[in-house]
Amino acid sequence: MTKHSVRPGSVTVDPRDFLAVDALLDDEERLIRDTVRQFVGDRILPGIADWFEEGIFPIELAKEMGSLGLLGMHLDGYGCAGTSNVAYGLACTELEAGDSGTRSFVSVQGSLCMFPIRAFGSEEQKQEWLPQMAAGEAIGCFGLTEADAGSDPSSMRTTARRDGGDWVINGSKMWITNGSVSQLAIVWAKTDEGVRGFIVPRDTKGFTVNDIHQKLSLRASVTSELVLDDVRLPADAVLPEVVGMRGPLSCLNEARFGIMYGAIGAARACYEAALDYAGERMMFDKPIASFQLIQRQLVEMLVKVNRGMLVAMHVGRMKDAGTLDPSHISFGKLDNVRMALEVAREARSVLGANGITLEYPVIRHMNNLESVLTYEGTNEIHTLILGNKITGIPAFG
Amino acid sequence: MKIAVCVKQIPDPATPYELDPETHFVVRPNDQVLDDTDRYGIELALQLAEATEGSVTLVSMSPAGGLQGIRQALAMGADKAIIIDDESLRGSGALGTAKVLSAAIKGEEADLVIAGTESTDGYVGLVPQMLAELLGLPALTFAKKVEQADGGLRVERQTALGYDVVESPLPALVTVTSGAVEPRYPTFKGIMQAKSKPIEQPSVADLGLTAEDVGVAGSGQHITAVEPAPERGGGVKIVDEGEAHLEIVKILEQAKVI
Repeated sequence: MTKHSVRPGSVTVDPRDFLAVDALLDDEERLIRDTVRQFVGDRILPGIADWFEEGIFPIELAKEMGSLGLLGMHLDGYGCAGTSNVAYGLACTELEAGDSGTRSFVSVQGSLCMFPIRAFGSEEQKQEWLPQMAAGEAIGCFGLTEADAGSDPSSMRTTARRDGGDWVINGSKMWITNGSVSQLAIVWAKTDEGVRGFIVPRDTKGFTVNDIHQKLSLRASVTSELVLDDVRLPADAVLPEVVGMRGPLSCLNEARFGIMYGAIGAARACYEAALDYAGERMMFDKPIASFQLIQRQLVEMLVKVNRGMLVAMHVGRMKDAGTLDPSHISFGKLDNVRMALEVAREARSVLGANGITLEYPVIRHMNNLESVLTYEGTNEIHTLILGNKITGIPAFG
Repeated sequence: MKIAVCVKQIPDPATPYELDPETHFVVRPNDQVLDDTDRYGIELALQLAEATEGSVTLVSMSPAGGLQGIRQALAMGADKAIIIDDESLRGSGALGTAKVLSAAIKGEEADLVIAGTESTDGYVGLVPQMLAELLGLPALTFAKKVEQADGGLRVERQTALGYDVVESPLPALVTVTSGAVEPRYPTFKGIMQAKSKPIEQPSVADLGLTAEDVGVAGSGQHITAVEPAPERGGGVKIVDEGEAHLEIVKILEQAKVI
């Protein structure tokens, strides 16, 4: 093996890809990343500040994302693109560099709704739902969390009981992304056999959805409550191939993987906004980037963003190689999301008063990341998953 | 309709271009991108091919490198690509390029040849017209709108004052202005399929040409020196105290702009 010596100046260093992560990607991954980046630049960034302020998720984007191939992109067949996990992750990074709400929409559709149908659904369910979900013509939402069952989802109160050949579901679900814009819900409910998943079409009698308002985070995303009052479903509404908490938890692993990558996008957008701002903002007759304290802030952000991307790339390659344990995803979700939140706060401070306006992306990302820190396994839960893994002692209860 | 689209891989315009100090040729990295202006021609070709159950072949003369730019174009939906990369092509001028492209396109029996108006790295803007002449095709240049009409084409041709309407039978060559159509994003399925689409790489000899036809020898030109463009002057600053518009009108009149 040839050993190269380090020659200063012989290699060009890109402040926006400091560790040259680009070189870790193959052509296909690069092209997918560039395509999503362009889509976000054309279709998300021009409108996002207004959508956030007005509390709107632009649902017309669903079909555009569908025709691009973003929805369920890493699943095979049934109209899905069948990309690698790394490519899916990179798409999440670019989407979340736009807004966490946009990435959340794609995570819920692909990882939380299409994935369980693909993994645990009957052939009929796959054929009925997956092609139209991949196209963005049918939107899904994922009902696991309840008002009093968050980190401990197995304490859920929603039940499904058999009644003749039918199932009857009662209960409610809380903090459900995409609720009121969805055509179907994947609802997890307790049965005599254990927790089971059901495909609940939106127009089913007894199924109502209420949006949650007055949010200060993920404002360009729909968050709802699902209410199921004697919802009667035919026998074939149940996902036949899974019983128990393994079902919903495996969906969460998929989504958390995307979040691990996505959070870096939000962090990167904040770092780049701060880098640009510090180079232009004049104070004491020079750009504030000239001050040691500001340089330290920029470098802290740089290090965190690049480190987060390396973690994601490594975990992503492990997932594609089939050598991944769910605790590896916990490592990535735990560290990358808290990193992103730190970077967003640091960037907000560099931008001074301008940092609190929607003219810059920073405070929007900062507020969004407060939700991302909590959903899909809180920071605390991922800490306990890792603690359990290294000590062999569960400390959840 | 069988359509051939001329495309080019160029060094990423976001990075500074380097010239070889001896040859004055652009230094081309292994990783090149699709010339952004080519996306309009590809989109037009895809729309026409979709309407006629036709096919789209990309034709390119440029260092193949990692073929990233070509794959980008295939990912948009083109069916195959022909790329001619041969050491003897280094230093080719517009005419040599047109000879190579015409030889490659002749074998395709295309009903329509589409090109951009000029490349973003060279900015010569002569290759399409030379190509039309070599192929014996009418050249419909600077099209801002292209429609099928009576078995031929109806083109709105951008002019300094507006546009001309030009009609032509097929086969023909069309150059497309940026913005004529809205280029599609490559879809992920397209990106996944691109790597299995055929990419032919004929040599200059395969096309029936010799080294004398192309490269520096065939270009009939020699770059003797390259100078940096002169820096622009500082301009005139007008401070508006209510009368600035009159000053600006006067300057525009002097420049004979209005």
